[in-house]
Amino acid sequence: MKLAKIIEELALTVETAQGRLDREVKGGYVSDLLSDVMANSREGDVWVTIQGHPNIVAVATLRDLAGIILANGRKPDTETVQRADEEKIPLLCTSLPTFEVVGRLSRLGINSQG
Amino acid sequence: MEERVLEWDYEIEGKDFRNAGKVSSKVKEIMKELGFDPDFVRGVAIASYEAEMNVVCHAEKGTLHFAILPETLRIVVQDKGPGIPDIDLAMQEGYSTAPLEIREMGFGAGMGLPNMKKNTDELDISSTVGEGTVVEMLIRTPPSKERSE
Ligand SMILES: Nc1ncnc2c1ncn2[C@@H]1O[C@H](COP(=O)(O)OP(=O)(O)OP(=O)(O)O)[C@@H](O)[C@H]1O
Ligand SMILES: [Mg+2]
Repeated sequence: MKLAKIIEELALTVETAQGRLDREVKGGYVSDLLSDVMANSREGDVWVTIQGHPNIVAVATLRDLAGIILANGRKPDTETVQRADEEKIPLLCTSLPTFEVVGRLSRLGINSQG
Repeated sequence: MEERVLEWDYEIEGKDFRNAGKVSSKVKEIMKELGFDPDFVRGVAIASYEAEMNVVCHAEKGTLHFAILPETLRIVVQDKGPGIPDIDLAMQEGYSTAPLEIREMGFGAGMGLPNMKKNTDELDISSTVGEGTVVEMLIRTPPSKERSE
């Protein structure tokens, strides 16, 4: 499924990287621990987290993730948005709680690749 | 293919969470441009990132040396910092001394060193308390297309 479709279905706010929203999402991963995401996420995953600091962009870039969803009304730091722009990582926000985001993703057929 | 050593050196600043990860992004970029297999590149990126982040989280400052040797990649991360008193303990998954403000950012799962171990063929750590730490990682490169032909 394309990231754009997920954005539409979950009514996510797009903070950056408008250009890369046609990317194919292969699965999902949820964690707020960065080393855990480094170890266990898969290429093409959409990552759901409540961490909004710039290092999340480094993690998403290094792991070739399809995008980051900041759940629970969390907002990215200004620097995070800048860096996501530079690295062309789609950064998406929602006020939905993490549990709800994952539930909806799962109903759309986005599951764990692990 | 001619045998030559390609190497790069980068600086890492302690507590600079804004730029943290950029050095590993460079390593990844270089490997991508040289045409290494994407899965292999991702594994190297994990090891490099965890070593880089340990300097940012735990040390004052450091350097990352990256070399592409004929059959191996070599990453050496050296820092000036508190050092590691008990390396075996530090290697245990879940062990972390990260302070609260760093944990709140999602670091401190105690998974960095185990992640390095899993993604390298050799991991050698030497450390002097009060001075610093040297982490050396060797990763065998997969047989290249040129060689297998
Ligand atoms: N370069 C270093 N200098 C000083 N201490 C270090 C260094 N690297 C690791 N350590 C010590 O080893 C512990 C374990 O390191 P490891 O990378 O596995 O976990 P972490 O950095 O605490 O958490 P995570 O990597 O999951 O975010 C650290 O908490 C710290 O006490
Ligand atoms: Mg670590």
